Amino acid sequence: MTDNEGYLLLSLPLIPLGAAVLLMFVPSGERTLIRIVTGVASVAMFAISVYVFFAFDYRGEQFQGVLAWPWFENVGFLGDNGVQLKVGVDGIAAPMVLLTGIVILTGTWVSWKQEHRSKDFFILLFVLVAGVYGTFVALDLFFWFLLYETAVLPMYLLIGVWGSGRREYGAMKLMMMLVAASILIFTAIFGIFTEAGLGTFDLPALFDATYDPTFQKIMFPLIVLGCGTLGGIFPLHPWSPDGHAAAPTAVSMLHAGVLMKLGAFGIIRLGFQMMPEGGEFWAPALLTLGIVGALYGAIGALRQTDFKLMTGFSSVSHMGYVFLGLGTLNLIGMSGAVLQMFAHGVMTALFFLLIGALYDQSHDREITHYSGLAKQMPVWAVFFVIAGLASFGLPGLSGFIAEVHIFIGAFRAYPIVGGLAVFTAAITATYLLRMFARTFFGEADPRWSGVGEITWAEKAGATVLSISIFALGLWPAPWIDRIAMGLEMGIPEVLS
Amino acid sequence: MSDLNFEYGLLLPEFILVGSAAVVLMLDAFRADLRISRNLLPAITVLGALIAGVASLLYLDRDPTDFAQLIAVDHYTTFFRILFIATLVAIVLGSYEFVNRNITHQGEFYALLLASTIGAIYMAAARELLTAYISIELLSFSLYVGVSLAKNDTRSGEAGLKYVLLGGVASAMLLYGLSIIYGTTGSTTYEGIAAALEDGVVGTPAFLLGLAFLVGGLGFKASAVPFHMWTPDAYEGAPLPITAYISATSKAATFALMLALFGIALDAAKADWQWMLASLAVATMVVGNLIAIQQTNIKRLLAYSSIGQVGFMLMAITTVSDASGSALLLHLAGYLITNLAVFIAVIAFYNRTGSEEIEDFRGLAETQPYLALVITTALFSLSGMPLLAGFVTKFVLFQAAAEEGFLWLATVAVIMSTVSLYYYLKVIRQMYVAEPADGDSRWRLSPIAYLTTGVLFLGIFLVGLWATPIFEAADGASAMLFG
Repeated sequence: MTDNEGYLLLSLPLIPLGAAVLLMFVPSGERTLIRIVTGVASVAMFAISVYVFFAFDYRGEQFQGVLAWPWFENVGFLGDNGVQLKVGVDGIAAPMVLLTGIVILTGTWVSWKQEHRSKDFFILLFVLVAGVYGTFVALDLFFWFLLYETAVLPMYLLIGVWGSGRREYGAMKLMMMLVAASILIFTAIFGIFTEAGLGTFDLPALFDATYDPTFQKIMFPLIVLGCGTLGGIFPLHPWSPDGHAAAPTAVSMLHAGVLMKLGAFGIIRLGFQMMPEGGEFWAPALLTLGIVGALYGAIGALRQTDFKLMTGFSSVSHMGYVFLGLGTLNLIGMSGAVLQMFAHGVMTALFFLLIGALYDQSHDREITHYSGLAKQMPVWAVFFVIAGLASFGLPGLSGFIAEVHIFIGAFRAYPIVGGLAVFTAAITATYLLRMFARTFFGEADPRWSGVGEITWAEKAGATVLSISIFALGLWPAPWIDRIAMGLEMGIPEVLS
Repeated sequence: MSDLNFEYGLLLPEFILVGSAAVVLMLDAFRADLRISRNLLPAITVLGALIAGVASLLYLDRDPTDFAQLIAVDHYTTFFRILFIATLVAIVLGSYEFVNRNITHQGEFYALLLASTIGAIYMAAARELLTAYISIELLSFSLYVGVSLAKNDTRSGEAGLKYVLLGGVASAMLLYGLSIIYGTTGSTTYEGIAAALEDGVVGTPAFLLGLAFLVGGLGFKASAVPFHMWTPDAYEGAPLPITAYISATSKAATFALMLALFGIALDAAKADWQWMLASLAVATMVVGNLIAIQQTNIKRLLAYSSIGQVGFMLMAITTVSDASGSALLLHLAGYLITNLAVFIAVIAFYNRTGSEEIEDFRGLAETQPYLALVITTALFSLSGMPLLAGFVTKFVLFQAAAEEGFLWLATVAVIMSTVSLYYYLKVIRQMYVAEPADGDSRWRLSPIAYLTTGVLFLGIFLVGLWATPIFEAADGASAMLFG
């Protein structure tokens, strides 16, 4: 990727922002126009994301597509290059950009049937996406954090206004927990800037700066807990099941699919890349939280009878794998963590899409209330099985590639943890197969005779997500090359 | 003393403001005879303010100078002249409908606003203790009357009385503090005090006593905890535009004065007052934000939230330095824009509904989506959410404190900022999540309300996304104090 292609990276957050501004001027009743604007924007984002992913050269520079514009320079406590609008991706960010493109494309399609204040919904959704993209491509700490917070900002209204069930409770809990977690990140950023003493928020410069080992040991946990909350790290995960259960379909998709990855991404960027020694010191704790979260989420999911709550707990479990992988401190385990971020993203987006498709017709999310759905909705059932099989790591699907990396990494680091991780996968298989058995087979329940097959938009979205699941599962090389390169160049000190 | 500079031209913008105030008062007195429209008074006020604003720009290219060593005319003064005059214009434009309906003494209303703006400007520009004191009193007296202008509301008179009594005590405290500082240092000019401090006044009991009275008096004017008791009542009782004015200009002027006083005059005595201000800052942030949670009246909510905001600003005075000075000025600019947006939107809401209860905002997103958007944006900005002014200015402000070794204070500030999000969300919840009351239908805003809120709304985004020009201006202004 050449540096001039940085304009493409810049366009990733700007397209959704521009579309959001454009939508403000579209009359609320013009549903076709709203669809055109959002459709064009989502396709453009998807196309650029795919291009960025494949154009990223895993034999090239660490950061590619680097462009910078000065923002604040030599004012106040800031020196040269104080705050810049700086974009660029590395091997870790490139797959995340692709993931965001896939999820927003499909999320936009399934939201078209949203009738209630659909314009406002899309405005907020696109602001959220702009924040997500921005965090992945920003190479300036100030903008990184600004955009990270931007991704959280619209959540309250998205869930509170368009959600279902205990939406007000879920929205407030999610918002306050995430913003409270940001306190820790704020503190860490203030500390890092002062400790580096460079007068700049330039990320590569801050990566190269040296920090006192004691300082690193104090600040690293702040990043892990602060960013980890958004990533659903145990025990700071309680917002996740409630928030996801209450959120509307596309928001659940984006939130579980992409936003939670921002948390893990933050731990890599601000944690390991910035403070490798702190990372080495705290890695066992991170690994422990990861495996506990994985087990806890899986057991929690086992107990749930609500589709969305079950998927919410399953997300906590799968994100636990991510933290587990990061805590192994070896290349294969950490690559697995990043792979899992991608794999879980597409898989969980597919889950939420399908659950939303069912819920919109039946307005019931209680698993025990259903039976024989496979006869009524065969296409829906097929996609659901794909998502489920990917979730517990069937070979040939995305989940397998990610989990096998993490398991090997875990066995190398601490064999017992590897064993527990495999055990977790078995629990995952249990709750998913039990759900399939209960809802798909048996006599069709007359209560749901009105429930029909999913719409074309939903089929299209599910197809795109399924293709991604198969792509990573069958041909993982493009992902592994980029991720391994990103890790080797980004955190050489950490990898054992 | 013969080389004092008595160039009256340096004070031109304030002469224009005084002139406008006089014209407004006279026209109001003879309004019945001259048969002039009521809209003429706000028009003259705005026009006078705009001319004064243009006149302030004339000093941009001049070297920093002063008037008789009392009043500095430099970038710092120009920064606040522009800021306060812009605030005045916004408040007059945003409230003239309100004034037409609710205020009987309109000439006084506009003349008082003009006069208090002069007081505010000289609070920033003063480089001598008595000048500073007189400027504070000019601002305060105008506001004592302003608070009690809502004659049809009994709360207004009560608030006015409370404000004037407590304000008198605070003034006495301040004056006593100033006199002790004069007694120990032998000078009333900031530079004279700074020079005297070099000679070992620092740390003597008398000087400490003077500092304590000074901090208490200024703390009252800034409504810092525990000197904040007047604030909620004054906010609630005052007519809305005056409330807006107190929360904007009066607050910013106090901080402009404190920054100059502590930065120039008392910098050498940092060890003596830093702990006082740090503890005031913590108490103010914590108490203001926690009590705000329980409020059900929008004016009281904003009163307590503004107390919380004062805590953040006190942090910059605590860590006074060139960097925190420019951060404070940037924050003040962003805070004024945001706060005015909330208040003018609330004024527009009050014009329509006559209510100040947070409950009555329910369903505003359905009945007046534009206003709901403005209020939501401004509240999110006050709580420091990104893309908006609050994020950038608070980030810079807190980072500046951390740079000076006060990371713990910055952390307390971020925590309290998060608490503030909670009570702002309660208002936002009413507007967006709750359904409108039965019978409420869509209503329209007046064009002028659209205009003022629209400009401020864009301003919030402008500062949030491209604060560079303001930050550079703030940096240039702050450099005047710290050389």
